Amino acid sequence: MAGLQASALSKLQSAGRYALELESVSCHFGALVAMADINLTVESGERRAVLGSNGAGKTTLFNAITGDFSPTAGRVRLFGEDVTDLPSHERIRRGLRRTYQISLLFHGLKVIDNVFLACRGISRGRFSLRRPVSDDSAMESAENLIEVVHLTDERDRLVANLSHGQQRQLEIALALAGAPRLILFDEPAAGLSPTERSVLVEILQSMPEHIGYIIIEHDMDVALQVAQSVTMMHNGRIFKEGNPEEIENDVEVQQLYLGSGHV
Amino acid sequence: MMKGQHSIFGHFFTNDSPSLWIVAAVLLIYPAISSDFFTFQIGAYSLILGTISLSLMMLAGYGGMVSLAQLTVAGLAGYLMAIFGENSVGVMGFGWPWWITSIWAILLAALFSAFIGTISVRTEGIYTIMITLAIAVAFYFFVRQNYVLFNGWTGYAGIEPPTILGIYWRNPIPFYYLSLVVAAFCYWAVVYCSRSTFGLALQAIRDNPRRMQSLGYNIVLHRVIAYFLSGFIAATAGVLLVWFNGRISPGSVSVGVIIDILVIAVLGGLRHPIGPFIGAIVFVLLENFAIDLIDRERFNTVIGLVFLLIVLYSPDGLLGLWKKLWTRLIDSRKIRPNEIGNELRTKSADSIETS
Ligand SMILES: Nc1ncnc2c1ncn2[C@@H]1O[C@H](COP(=O)(O)OP(=O)(O)O)[C@@H](O)[C@H]1O
Ligand SMILES: [Mg+2]
Repeated sequence: MAGLQASALSKLQSAGRYALELESVSCHFGALVAMADINLTVESGERRAVLGSNGAGKTTLFNAITGDFSPTAGRVRLFGEDVTDLPSHERIRRGLRRTYQISLLFHGLKVIDNVFLACRGISRGRFSLRRPVSDDSAMESAENLIEVVHLTDERDRLVANLSHGQQRQLEIALALAGAPRLILFDEPAAGLSPTERSVLVEILQSMPEHIGYIIIEHDMDVALQVAQSVTMMHNGRIFKEGNPEEIENDVEVQQLYLGSGHV
Repeated sequence: MMKGQHSIFGHFFTNDSPSLWIVAAVLLIYPAISSDFFTFQIGAYSLILGTISLSLMMLAGYGGMVSLAQLTVAGLAGYLMAIFGENSVGVMGFGWPWWITSIWAILLAALFSAFIGTISVRTEGIYTIMITLAIAVAFYFFVRQNYVLFNGWTGYAGIEPPTILGIYWRNPIPFYYLSLVVAAFCYWAVVYCSRSTFGLALQAIRDNPRRMQSLGYNIVLHRVIAYFLSGFIAATAGVLLVWFNGRISPGSVSVGVIIDILVIAVLGGLRHPIGPFIGAIVFVLLENFAIDLIDRERFNTVIGLVFLLIVLYSPDGLLGLWKKLWTRLIDSRKIRPNEIGNELRTKSADSIETS
């Protein structure tokens, strides 16, 4: 009895404590092992950077968490709940968000409509046949969000006509919609100019504290500014975990980075 | 405000545009200035075919799902009218009141459309076309062989619209206005809903299904509902079609007619809801008058060639062609005064410099 209660209690505690728990998650594409036996926990509100060379399995890790592609083996727990068998949209409705390494936007729609759909996606009225009125709550949050990512001036432009940097900003806006609890950023800084990068860092740093995120980022400078902990991946496995200073000064990591830099 | 992204033609058909009122006026007085033949065989028939094609335009243009089973849905609604309402064949014909029969027929056919959606919605592009074509062909063979429900090869005859308010609604002029009201309502509904949450989400799913999923949308359910709504439009037009013909048989849902609907939609253009109606008018005119010039057998060749030309030279159909011409016209008008202005300016600048 007491044991049961204790385990239930610890479960409850862990539900509050961890935003994400991965248990021996693997992902195979045919013979290719993109990700093998990953164990990873991320606390609520934690901000974590994931580093690793191209093909290390970082994006695959994100796909397994969001359900874009189901992992071959292992369990995924979100906010204490096992979501391994839930479809992507159900995980999103529980407070998970993501951005994509290569922008996945709605090119035939306006900027505001892209963000509006993101805000509507996690609330009621997804099937409404009425046009959104201007004081619609989702429309209001959409207007706020495009301001957060500095796209107010592009409000009515088609996404197809935006610059690369603006599309990256819109990617982020889509992930901020609603009440996110854990956001996965897949190389948000890729292809951005230094100015755009500092805007990105500013957006990430100004996010409310209770929102945790995992960010895949090659640029150590950016990663160190926005993350409290770092996970290094290599060949589909977790290679090192630690705080930014430990990782930066780690001999093996330096060898790996230098080594891959020479190739 | 609500201009939509369909540029020139979309712009033309927004509320603030005078051309909308001109088109509406022409459609309203059309029976007064044309013969019974033109009112019924050309006018009403174009409106009905246009509405069925509109249901395809909605699925294909906004949802990216090309379904060849739209006419099948319309045909099922027609059959259900004969089965639950009245017919002159002596098979089935429960004799329900016309309005219950219509609502019931439209609803069942729309559910059938949702069912087709459920089967085909996980497929993409050419596979959707193949699956829906397979369903349509299966339906054709089924009604041909089934005598209990569908009266096989013979089908049903004597399916008539009711007489209400002392008006026999199959007379050309009343029937034309009936078709016009239905077509206009469906057109308006599609235009309106394309900017609704559902419509925007449908277009977004077309652009990028994976992203929509990671925004919290159940894309399968969304698509199935799109099939239901488009089936609703097709079925409503199907009721009109069976009243128009007065009869329905396997020939009414055969592959040839199924392809006609696709031809009409592509001919007119899949980008804007007005496209299918333009396509339908052109198609019906060709069908009626090309036969006078060439024999029946060659008609399909003419349609096929027109189809080919459109697909090759104007993927957005006649609508796209019109748009291109219009932009050119506008451009040529705009540039001239500017150029003259520039010339004047440069000249005066020159003169200032030299002086
Ligand atoms: N959908 C897929 N099908 C086949 N192989 C894949 C797929 N996605 C990723 N891979 C492979 O898995 C490995 C890890 O890829 P990825 O997770 O994208 O790496 P990263 O994001 O760290 O650069 C790579 O070798 C890649 O080619
Ligand atoms: Mg990647």
